Amino acid sequence: MPDHPASSPDRPQSITPMVRFAGVSKRFGSFTAVDNVSLDIAPGEFFALLGPSGCGKTTLLRMLAGFETPDAGELLLDGQNIIGVPPYERPVNMMFQSYALFPHLTVAGNVAFGLRQEGWTRSAIAARVAEMLALVKLEQFANRKPHQLSGGQRQRVALARALAKSPKVFLLDEPLGALDKKLRDETQFELMALQQRLGLTFIIVTHDQEEAMTMADRLGVMHAGKLVQVGTPAEIYEDPKTRWVAEFIGEVNLFDGTISGQQGDLASIDTRAGRLVLARKDGCAEGQTVSIAVRPEKIELAREPVANGVNVLHGHVVDIAYLGDLSVYKVRDEHGMIVKASVANKDRRAASLLHRGEEAWLTFAPDAGVLLRD
Amino acid sequence: MAGPAKFDRWYRRTVVGIPYAWLIVFLLVPFLIVLRISLSQTELAQPPYSPVFDPSAGWQGIKDFVGALSLANFKLLFGDWLYLSSYLRSVTFAAVSTLILLAIGIPIAYGMARSPQRLQPILLIAVILPFWTAFLIRIYAWINILQRDGLLNDALLALGLISAPVTWLATDTAIFIGIVYSYLPFMVLPLYASFDRMDDTLLEAAADLGCPRWKAFWLVTLPLALPGVIAGSLLCFIPIAGEFVIPDLLGGSNAQFIGQTLWTEFAFNRDWPVASALAMVLLAILLVPIVFYQAVQMRALERR
Repeated sequence: MPDHPASSPDRPQSITPMVRFAGVSKRFGSFTAVDNVSLDIAPGEFFALLGPSGCGKTTLLRMLAGFETPDAGELLLDGQNIIGVPPYERPVNMMFQSYALFPHLTVAGNVAFGLRQEGWTRSAIAARVAEMLALVKLEQFANRKPHQLSGGQRQRVALARALAKSPKVFLLDEPLGALDKKLRDETQFELMALQQRLGLTFIIVTHDQEEAMTMADRLGVMHAGKLVQVGTPAEIYEDPKTRWVAEFIGEVNLFDGTISGQQGDLASIDTRAGRLVLARKDGCAEGQTVSIAVRPEKIELAREPVANGVNVLHGHVVDIAYLGDLSVYKVRDEHGMIVKASVANKDRRAASLLHRGEEAWLTFAPDAGVLLRD
Repeated sequence: MAGPAKFDRWYRRTVVGIPYAWLIVFLLVPFLIVLRISLSQTELAQPPYSPVFDPSAGWQGIKDFVGALSLANFKLLFGDWLYLSSYLRSVTFAAVSTLILLAIGIPIAYGMARSPQRLQPILLIAVILPFWTAFLIRIYAWINILQRDGLLNDALLALGLISAPVTWLATDTAIFIGIVYSYLPFMVLPLYASFDRMDDTLLEAAADLGCPRWKAFWLVTLPLALPGVIAGSLLCFIPIAGEFVIPDLLGGSNAQFIGQTLWTEFAFNRDWPVASALAMVLLAILLVPIVFYQAVQMRALERR
């Protein structure tokens, strides 16, 4: 389902988008890497392209950098068509997944490389290189070679090198993939601060949903070459448009069923787990096959029967996963369905709410889940 | 039990010892023999030089032997323009040929490395294929091509590029043609290995930073292929400087490579000591680029 940028609520429509993909497709032989993607990215936006490997997100980024040419569609940068413009003439810079630092040049030489191509004077280059190295806190490493640096330092050299020319759009291809968890978290926040300070348009490609949701103003979720949903992290998480998005982002319980009735704002759906009641959705008709997506943290877990009669499931705890900040309970209901419910561990010493094999009642409000038509 | 440990130690010594044994028998011993002859005087005798070491004379024999050795042959070499010009000619031809080989080898090797993956093994075999035929036979083939009514003149005449046959054979041009043809695989293979190992992402990064393809070749590709450039240059320069067959078969008789001079001394003049001294000096000259290469290698290792 292609997203229509005009429907995105939190963005003024009058300004020219910094990047516009309009009906862009790309095939490699018989494989369609990018399938009719339309997307606007605003100036100064931090945008993340998120999807599993092979979904076409990197191809989309490489088209913007100029390494791939679209087979169909338009590609505009700041209102200008850039199809056919070679990569070395585009005002975009990319940070490569492998960093692609020049091994024969020093850190300063790497950062200066792009400036030399633009014919800057020697003193202007030196000043800019010093400024960029200060930005990424690598001043004292200016004369080192890339192989003498740690992974995190290399990543920052790549960052400084790509930002030195003040590109209109900064492209990041899986920028944190090679870093360990702690460094990755730190770098995420550094990148966000940097983007805010420089006011540049950042487009990041990642398969890591946490990374995308942490950093980006908006996400585009890609699947099999198609852009399936575009929105803020909260929109994507709380209001997934398809079953695939709901499953790809975060944990979810999915109940398949058919609509058996609609009254007022509510629809009742007959599922394997019984009749469930959910906020209705425009365009749904009785008898239609739908899925209900409910996030585990939206489900209340109780050891006693629940008085309120709506959306109550009864079963036994089959597994408990302790994750530190929260615990995930897997409950098998009377019809054999496994439902996950997560509970925040607020009290350090509290005993587990329930133990394996114990009876449990699960309940969720009609507005806690999303109705998905597939 | 000490058995396995002892066996291990012996095993390791044997493995390490094999190259040493080989080098002692086939490099060090012949080297010492040639060195000793180069310090001797020529004689019309068997062997054709003196002094001859007499082990039966004991300590006195050793003293007499060492006392009779001299540097006279080396003084002769450096005092005679004939020898110096031979060295100069060899080294000049080696240097110029190496530059020509680089100019031809770099585009060929780069083109090979950029070819479709499935074609590369075929191209590699094609480069090595001439070795299937003996070196000498291939040089004889060039005599046929380069002679007055040979293939080259026939082709140039047919194309109308020349109006009368050109003399190719027995000229310096013929030597260059022969050398470049014969040594090209030794230049192309190390260069290809270097180019093939290149990370294509680096070229994308260069383009992304505003560097056109042709410029990226000079700024990124070639500097990173430098080990291949040096290896190929040494693999060509050193044997070309000692080359004998190509100048002898394709070149004229007016000037000689050092290899030819050495052969003349050895075979025609039967002056083994001077021939040996010539070989020693050539060895010293060729040591210069090798030491330079080692220094470059060591520096590269230290930087790692």
